[in-house]
Amino acid sequence: MRFWLIQSLNGLALGGLLFLLSSGFSLIFGLMRVANLSHGAYFMLGAYVGLSVLNAGYGFWAAVAAGALSIAVLGAIIERLLLRRLSGRTFSQVLVTLGIAFIIADSSLLIWSGDPMPLPVPRALMGAVPVFGVFFPKYRLAVVGISIVTAVALWALLERTRLGAMIRAGVDDMDMARALGIPVPRLFTAVFCLGSALAGMGGVLGGPILSVYPGLDMDMLPLALIVLILGGPRSVVGAFAASFFVGFVYTFGQALFPQLAYVILFLPMVAALVIRPSGLFGAQTA
Amino acid sequence: MRRAPLIVACVALLLVPAFSPSDFYVNVGTQILIAAIFALSLNLLVGYGGLISLGHAAYLGVSAYLTIWLVTRAGLSHLPAAIAAVALTTAMSAVFGLLSLRATGLGFLMITLALGQILWGLAYRWVSVTGGDNGLSGLRRPHPFGIDFSSPRAFYFLAAAVFACAFVLIAVLVRSTFGAGLQGVRDQPRRMQALGWHVWLVRLLAFVAAGFWGSVAGVLYAYYNQFVSPHVLALTSSAEVLLMVIAGGAGTLLGPVVGAVVVVMLKNVVSAYVTRWVMLLGLVFVAIMVFMPEGLVPGLDRLRRRRLAAGER
Amino acid sequence: MSADALRLSGVSKSFGGVPAVRGVSLAIAEGERRLLLGPNGAGKTTLFNLVTGDIPADAGGIWLFGRDISKMRPDHRVRLGLARTYQVITLFPRNTLAHNIELALLGLSPLRWSPVTLLSRRPELRERALAVLDRVGLRAAADRPLSGTSYGEQRRVEIAMALAQEPRVLLLDEPFAGLSQEERRDVQHQLAAIPRRVTVVMIEHDLDVALSFAERITVLHQAQSLVEGSRAEVVADTRVQEVYLGA
Repeated sequence: MRFWLIQSLNGLALGGLLFLLSSGFSLIFGLMRVANLSHGAYFMLGAYVGLSVLNAGYGFWAAVAAGALSIAVLGAIIERLLLRRLSGRTFSQVLVTLGIAFIIADSSLLIWSGDPMPLPVPRALMGAVPVFGVFFPKYRLAVVGISIVTAVALWALLERTRLGAMIRAGVDDMDMARALGIPVPRLFTAVFCLGSALAGMGGVLGGPILSVYPGLDMDMLPLALIVLILGGPRSVVGAFAASFFVGFVYTFGQALFPQLAYVILFLPMVAALVIRPSGLFGAQTA
Repeated sequence: MRRAPLIVACVALLLVPAFSPSDFYVNVGTQILIAAIFALSLNLLVGYGGLISLGHAAYLGVSAYLTIWLVTRAGLSHLPAAIAAVALTTAMSAVFGLLSLRATGLGFLMITLALGQILWGLAYRWVSVTGGDNGLSGLRRPHPFGIDFSSPRAFYFLAAAVFACAFVLIAVLVRSTFGAGLQGVRDQPRRMQALGWHVWLVRLLAFVAAGFWGSVAGVLYAYYNQFVSPHVLALTSSAEVLLMVIAGGAGTLLGPVVGAVVVVMLKNVVSAYVTRWVMLLGLVFVAIMVFMPEGLVPGLDRLRRRRLAAGER
Repeated sequence: MSADALRLSGVSKSFGGVPAVRGVSLAIAEGERRLLLGPNGAGKTTLFNLVTGDIPADAGGIWLFGRDISKMRPDHRVRLGLARTYQVITLFPRNTLAHNIELALLGLSPLRWSPVTLLSRRPELRERALAVLDRVGLRAAADRPLSGTSYGEQRRVEIAMALAQEPRVLLLDEPFAGLSQEERRDVQHQLAAIPRRVTVVMIEHDLDVALSFAERITVLHQAQSLVEGSRAEVVADTRVQEVYLGA
């Protein structure tokens, strides 16, 4: 009983982190049709930036803000200078993001060296609280809470603001959105920034749980892809549900069948793609 | 035949590294050849088939693992092990092709990526079979007919011979009636279907051909390194070979070879002077995508023609 | 009674709840020249797509010379003698005219599966392609890339490709769309030269040109078959006049 409870709570925490990682990824894909293959690198870089800010003596929440902001700026630069140049050529854009992932990964190795480094838990969230008779780290509960708040905020942004309306219009029908006078290039930059910021923030928040290490980027990227495929590119609710689903499956898989953990993780994704391939990506040619 | 001088030049180029005084460069040459076969195999899918895969490392990796396992753990001798490794891996590629071709475009990319990740995870975790993070080692190079392939030079010639075969057979496939169909399917799948071509099957056969040649590269890889670890199946491996194809020029025969040269040189030679070869690789790739998206071979060819045209004025 | 060349019975197709084709039935005799008329959105191209198998039907049966093809793969239907052209010309612009034709010829040949038969070593294939181009007066342009030819020439190449496969039923989707007067005449000549035994079904908007070609006309309106009959009957029909005047 204890085991299930602990694993469930761990699954929740991982799910929360995955949501922070994947919401940005799904947003970018949904609007721009670009699978941002540097998204895992953004997550990792955000964590590294947060680490440096913490090492410089600032507080945890300053680190989170720095992580989010720095990656937002990076995302804006990349979108503006590179992706926009290749606008209309989705595959070129996807491949460019792959090249950028390589650059970020290697630069991080250069700047922060190769040792895995956990981020320290903020003092206010240290310790554990009893949850149904089991002691669970406060921090992980906080992560779940933050992801829920973010989900609500994101949902509110998309459903209740003008910006959100423009994004939704673009996701549904890009040509129509353009025809309606929506400033598509600026919208792309804004969304790319937002998605990147979420990834950066997620990286810092994940630091105390996952640590930060070279290879974190390529560990996280496939997970974001799974969430995108299971949750769909159009809904915050879908990404939310899928993130927690994956968080649970991964956590329980690791605990019960460590040798097959990866298989258990990817099998639903392959199954979803194989059974319903056109659902996600629209009409196929031939 | 006007092709003759070009062929002589290529053969000469192929033989040059073998005569280098330094073992280091001979080995770099071998690495380039293995990478070139690998890149040529992916190019069948990406360049000629129009199907971008991010999981191609699966075929090199599984073939390498099988080769080493069959020889060191199952006691097979070299040739049967190599044949079995290629056969089994090619069979796997058929199954993976069936799964992956349920979608095209981004869906296809994601399925190939997922399948690659599953294999990587298995290699990492299934320690009893794959050795986990430590990998499999202990493969000795064969010495048939008195030739000792542990010598870098001898192995280079072997790799060169395999490369030459691969290049010729792939060139024939690409210029064959099937190859014409494959490229037609890449360009206008709906039209091809309306002309009587079985689009899905054409793609599947290309997928299997790519898997076959990838597994051939895998056998060479196993014997060259005499060691294999999960890293060969990681996403970065698949990304690297995709970079080779796209940077060199997908849809051309020389492109993947040039791409292999660039990447391997960056890895081995440049890394002696510049420690950050991965970053350089990323920068080179981004630069190519922005300025020469069709790849180095077609891009340079375009520049050459433009210069010729300008010179004529 | 010989089997109809093409028979549809109660064929329906909806896209996301919107019906594109609703219970359409028609029978076309071998060698007939049938015209499908109807305003935009009446379901004509969708009907073609259902016949060729580009999309699966929701309901209804399709028979080609008495054989049920409704569940067959599109390329299988082509091998049974079905050919079509598309509204938007989607050929191979970077390839030569000859190569475009060769792809059509190979589509029905077992050679298409051979990874070792060099295309360049098949002069008879090229000869046949040149002969096809000769029939449309484009033999001289055989080695020119398709992108270097005019739209009218491309349309004639497309029709020639379909005819090169010696089909029994040919579906033409707006073959005159986007053509100049002169180009229209060229295509008309090409169509007039189609062997009698080939059944031709055409979708067209250009009434003058189409009416001169068609023997029987089916008028589609709002996803359903409205009227069917000979040229004279259809032109005189009040419902048709309503639809075309109101459209």
